[in-house]
Amino acid sequence: MMAETGLAALWLAAALSLLQLVLGIAFLRSSPGLLGEGDHPKDGGGAFQEPDSPSTERRSVPLPEASPGRIYAAAVRPVAIAQALLVGLSFLLLIQLFLRTDLSVELVAANSHTLKPWLYKFAGAWGNHEGSMLLWVSVLALAGAAVALLERRLPERTLIATLAAQAAIGLGFYVFLLFASNPFRRLDPPPVEGNGLNPLLQDPGLAFHPPTLYFGYVGVSIGFSFAVGALVTRNVGPAFARAMRPWILGAWIFLTLGITAGSYWAYYELGWGGWWFWDPVENASLMPWLATTALLHSVTVLATRDSLRAWTVMLAVVAFSMSMVGTFLVRSGILTSVHAFAVDPRRGAFILVLLAFYIGGALALFAARVGTVKEGTTFEPVSREGALVLNNLFLTVLLGLVLIGTLYPLATEAMGVKVSVGPPYFNAVAGPIALALVAAMAAGPVLRWRRDRLAQAARRLAIPLAVTALAFLLVLVLAPGLSILELLALVLAAGVAVASLAPLWGRNLRRTPLFTWGMVVSHLGIAVSLAGMASNAAFTRERLVAARPGETVKVGPYSIRFDSVQPIVGPNWTAIEGRLTARRGSRAAFDLRPQARAFFAPPTETSEAAIATRLDGQLYTVLGKSDAEGRWQLRLWWKPFVTLIWLGGAMVALGGFLSLVGRVRRGRRSAAREEAWA
Amino acid sequence: MKPKNQRLALLVLAGAAMLGAALLAMSALKDQAAYFYTPGDVARQGVPQGRAVRIGGMVREHSIRRAPDGLTIRFTVGDETDRTIEVRYRGIVPDLFKEKSGVVAEGRFQPDGLFVADEILAKHDENYRPPELDPKKGEHKSKSLT
Repeated sequence: MMAETGLAALWLAAALSLLQLVLGIAFLRSSPGLLGEGDHPKDGGGAFQEPDSPSTERRSVPLPEASPGRIYAAAVRPVAIAQALLVGLSFLLLIQLFLRTDLSVELVAANSHTLKPWLYKFAGAWGNHEGSMLLWVSVLALAGAAVALLERRLPERTLIATLAAQAAIGLGFYVFLLFASNPFRRLDPPPVEGNGLNPLLQDPGLAFHPPTLYFGYVGVSIGFSFAVGALVTRNVGPAFARAMRPWILGAWIFLTLGITAGSYWAYYELGWGGWWFWDPVENASLMPWLATTALLHSVTVLATRDSLRAWTVMLAVVAFSMSMVGTFLVRSGILTSVHAFAVDPRRGAFILVLLAFYIGGALALFAARVGTVKEGTTFEPVSREGALVLNNLFLTVLLGLVLIGTLYPLATEAMGVKVSVGPPYFNAVAGPIALALVAAMAAGPVLRWRRDRLAQAARRLAIPLAVTALAFLLVLVLAPGLSILELLALVLAAGVAVASLAPLWGRNLRRTPLFTWGMVVSHLGIAVSLAGMASNAAFTRERLVAARPGETVKVGPYSIRFDSVQPIVGPNWTAIEGRLTARRGSRAAFDLRPQARAFFAPPTETSEAAIATRLDGQLYTVLGKSDAEGRWQLRLWWKPFVTLIWLGGAMVALGGFLSLVGRVRRGRRSAAREEAWA
Repeated sequence: MKPKNQRLALLVLAGAAMLGAALLAMSALKDQAAYFYTPGDVARQGVPQGRAVRIGGMVREHSIRRAPDGLTIRFTVGDETDRTIEVRYRGIVPDLFKEKSGVVAEGRFQPDGLFVADEILAKHDENYRPPELDPKKGEHKSKSLT
């Protein structure tokens, strides 16, 4: 029954999303402010009066109480909320089916097993293609419902157009789920036992990383829907930017957390000692992040200074396009990737059609309406706006480079040549641009809006510049022989860390707005992360040895004794465990126990690295195979300050969170003030 | 500056940046993209010397040999042609590396035709075959990290 209920809820939710779209369009057609599709934008009359400031915002002409338009408008929000509840119910039912290990459901039988630990039964619900697409749609609907419930700043017409756009996106993915990826299909007769979950996914990371990333990935859809809504109702301006900003910030926080968590997960689970592999799917999450980061900065320019109108709308479209491209790359199985669940060309084609439809539609709308988006206020090249334009250019170039590198193998394969593009390409092209971006990030926050002087800005940056110079000399003397990129990265990290604090100098820290703190913490996080990356690249020590029990191996400052190997048993696996004792000078010794695990459902071997975290880095150990002479392969790394990479990532997200709280609070306060005046 | 001119200037700037990115990407791809060879390809086209490439095929039965250092292995990769590539690798092989199963390795060819692998690509379950090697896409499933 449960699977049927889930499927019925999914159908109902799909129907509601169609209803939401139809209601939205019907309302926009009946509303007096709207021009029909065929109208010429140039004689739009009232629709052209862009609001100059939030206080003179144009209210749409109120419709008579009982007119059909009013009824449509009143219905859209509840429908959006009901849709989210239904698809949420459907998702909960799928989780329940996994928890019970109901093997009469094909998806459960193919991906679960009765002996799997509870957490992995639960998280296993989205550790497969169908379940993860259901999660995708659930988050999409949830985001729409959140807008319907919480968004109070947008004019009604723009809001309803936004919700209609959100419904239009949802509809395509409901169709995809119901017709090409039904998670609730029954098996008759049910098998006696399930196939089990891929052991690499049997990790607490599975419970956290995919949902977080999806909240970010799909949350970007809100920015897209806002942009579409604003274009349809010709309402691109600072008020629109202020309304959109918290939503983008929210999605961006989740994206940042999801990418950081995914990076750490890959680092400790795969046992390769790397934290980023330029895997197509990692790129698929990085591209929306780059676009959203650019959007976050340009939306600030639009909200504060009323510049970069068309560009901001364009970025919102690009950001969600990147999410869609990512979904396509991951879910189509078109790439040889560690993330590909199923190679099914039909699904790939379906997502490709959706992708072309939404992106094409949005770009067409953009092209048709960009003429109605007026030029904003001007600014001098040397100004905060100028720095943010630079930020946007660097981020967009970075995005382009990653996109080209990711898609290039697909393009050549279509011409019959198989190539792979990996770290040599990405590090070579992205590294220098990223460093330039970080350097610009140091200068941006100390520049004034509208117009500034280079000489004055340089004076404000005197201390960071001095620190940078000092760091340069120190690194040259203390750590000679680094590559240019490593050297620059280390030096920049030091300078940028100091510069990121500059907006706080000379301020009363208690009265500094929360969103200024947010910016400072995020920028500092970037510097911290960069320091970790550079230190890991420059100072990592690695040993690969074949050792007999009793032997001692040195790596970095540690000497590690290989004591023995022991067989051990887990809930659904057995393992050979290496017992290592690590010593560093006269400090207390500690144990490390890397394992080579053999899972029995499905029968797979994985290696579990043992990692010891110290203040100044991580000791990372992997147990390999044994040979006929009783030797075991051991791979040992000492990675100084590698943890800063993820600590920095977490700081970036924390900064976003502070900023979000600050913005929402200020928004509430100004709304309350408006009400008091009214 | 007039708003219109500023918009134009920004547009030109953005266009130039994207063009620059595309040119940079293309020139880097020329040097850095790794081509994929099967044993049959090597026989037909020869091999580039000293350039990072990928090879793929099936590990031949009884071909895996360990060197006395306990860390280096040699094995033979074959495909549906009767050509083979001899591969040397120093390191811990991925868990699913075994005889009579698919393998993809990244590295360089030596002048004598030996392929020295820097990396054996991990494959993620017993059903997985690299799509490059799979004549009928869609029959095999591959799955891994979400």
